[in-house]
Amino acid sequence: MTTARTLFEKVWADHVVVDETPDTPAVLYIDLHLIHEVTTPQAFSLLRDKGLPVRRPDLTLATMDHSTPTTPVASLKDLLVVGESAAAQVRQMQQNCMDFGIELHDFDSEHRGIVHVIGPELGATQPGKTIVCGDSHTSTHGAFGALAFGIGTTEVGHVLATQCLLQRKPKTLAVEVSGALGSGVGAKDLILAIIGQIGVDGGTGHVIEYRGRAIEALGMDARMTVCNMSIEAGARAGMIAPDDTTFEYLRGRPRVPQDAAWDRAVARWRALPGDADAEFDRTVSIDAGTLEPMVTFGTNPGMVVGINEPVPDDTGDTSFRKALDYMQLETGKPLTETGVDVVFVGSCTNSRLSDLQQAASVLKGRRVADGVRMLVVPGSQQIKKAAEDIGLDRVFLEAGAEWRESGCSMCLGMNGDTVGRGQLSVSTSNRNFEGRQGIGARTVLASPLTAAASAIHGRIADPRPLLDEG
Amino acid sequence: MQPLTQIRSRTVVLPTRDIDTDQIIPARFLTTTSREGLGAHLFADLRFGSDGEPVAGFPLNSPESEGCEILVAGNNFGCGSSREHAPWALLDHGIRAVISTEIADIFRNNSLKNGLVPVVVRQEIHDRLLASPGAEVLIDVERAMIGLPDGSEVSFPIDGFARYCLVEGIDQLGFLQQQLDEISNYEEQRPWKP
Ligand code: SF4
Repeated sequence: MTTARTLFEKVWADHVVVDETPDTPAVLYIDLHLIHEVTTPQAFSLLRDKGLPVRRPDLTLATMDHSTPTTPVASLKDLLVVGESAAAQVRQMQQNCMDFGIELHDFDSEHRGIVHVIGPELGATQPGKTIVCGDSHTSTHGAFGALAFGIGTTEVGHVLATQCLLQRKPKTLAVEVSGALGSGVGAKDLILAIIGQIGVDGGTGHVIEYRGRAIEALGMDARMTVCNMSIEAGARAGMIAPDDTTFEYLRGRPRVPQDAAWDRAVARWRALPGDADAEFDRTVSIDAGTLEPMVTFGTNPGMVVGINEPVPDDTGDTSFRKALDYMQLETGKPLTETGVDVVFVGSCTNSRLSDLQQAASVLKGRRVADGVRMLVVPGSQQIKKAAEDIGLDRVFLEAGAEWRESGCSMCLGMNGDTVGRGQLSVSTSNRNFEGRQGIGARTVLASPLTAAASAIHGRIADPRPLLDEG
Repeated sequence: MQPLTQIRSRTVVLPTRDIDTDQIIPARFLTTTSREGLGAHLFADLRFGSDGEPVAGFPLNSPESEGCEILVAGNNFGCGSSREHAPWALLDHGIRAVISTEIADIFRNNSLKNGLVPVVVRQEIHDRLLASPGAEVLIDVERAMIGLPDGSEVSFPIDGFARYCLVEGIDQLGFLQQQLDEISNYEEQRPWKP
């Protein structure tokens, strides 16, 4: 008799090269290693010092996204807008990829973009794979039923040299999402509500599997939004069982198998979802039908309320007090009267085509309020092109927003796109940490719909009335 | 890596909960290609004001924190990004162990690989340590025990393999390289290829 297994357990078991023992962790094989310029230079230096090659350059895929400008880069001079050291980092990445034979999506590649956006877009992200990257939002790729998680630079070196990692098997947490999301409420609102419920450390030591009707109803862009923020609940990874929605998304993409090999792959992928009687270490439940658009009021993603709900009462906790002081917000009041300085639509959480379409649906025929700066940064050059093909760039520009080249941009503010000290930013990114978007920047996380509505009103706003107006 | 068996030091206390990696080292300092010198930017936006001057009252700026190798931090330390620059910055500043009630997974992993010891203690012990900054604490990595200021000892959880590597000063890459035959076998024998 075989024991029932979860999706995670199947993928894990399939990649164990050497079993874990009480004394030693498992040796886990990695099918796809994504790399970017910020967390790899020291790992390549280690390989050089030890005279080691990259074991599987063919399973390694590189892009540049974090410290790159979102204005066009035609020459080295354009790169210097972000500063000498960022430019040096980018040049180092080019050199490393050349020396070690790794495919790099450089500035001249039409597939360059945020690492977690291009993996799926190229079809490199596939169900049942193990995927790692020196980046915590690697959890995004779990939307395809892959086991995907972030690692540090030392581990990047381990994977480059051996294609393996030393890992202890994490625990499993099921998040059951029943009901259906209401109109104007999306995947971002759902994941913010989940983090609000379980807390920013609620998933520590666990791999989350999102299940239930509301999850099955989501498209791939939305599933990626959900899995992306698993790390904000402290989880190692987030996963969603692959289904026809997954396969339809992948069909025909550059890196997926074709013809008979495609059919074989799909047959294999269909066996991945967890067995009906598989058990999780923990289960939590949430009803999607009860949710409103969500906004954060504090300095971590778990400090979140419905857009019309008041900021909760002071818990007496000094960290809570400190967060509200930093945000210059008051308990007992909803955020909807709070003035907005900057609106950012972008990041690996919400920069895919459907996210941009949602923001554009609110902005079309309207203007960004005076005094508000709105920046729209597509997740990849492919998305930029697709958006321009259907005229979204015109909608944004005519509304008074800026339309940029792809990259991480204001999500972490290391490329010069920053929010000023004390300014309030409504952002579709994933972290409202102190200083994340710039020194002293105050970040409110929200969906693309809420971000666009807030840009129009110049204050934090519920997008639903605008959707009703059409 | 140098073998690490014990750390005996006074503590510096940062009581805030959920201190994330962006606070430990802000992203604008990540454009470096080396791992040296990051201590100068440790907790940059908390330690220094907009004028670049040290913020009075921030624990790491006090003269008493000089030479402290153990950081006692509020609940859930190190959440957020995977940047290994966070433990690099702490180590470069001279911090060799962090004590909290919970330490985020990736940060803990990164720390262990660099000889920074993550120590998780239960709330009651944590409360006592938070309340007594500057107290002398002994972290015995070999025995996975921490010696408290009142002379009592409590154990702390640490993965056996990670502890072995710390105590012996073993580089985990070396261990992985010993498995290369197994890895080749796996690659050849797996039923499907990525
Ligand atoms: S968009 Fe933000 S969260 Fe995503 S990879 Fe870039 S910096 Fe990280």
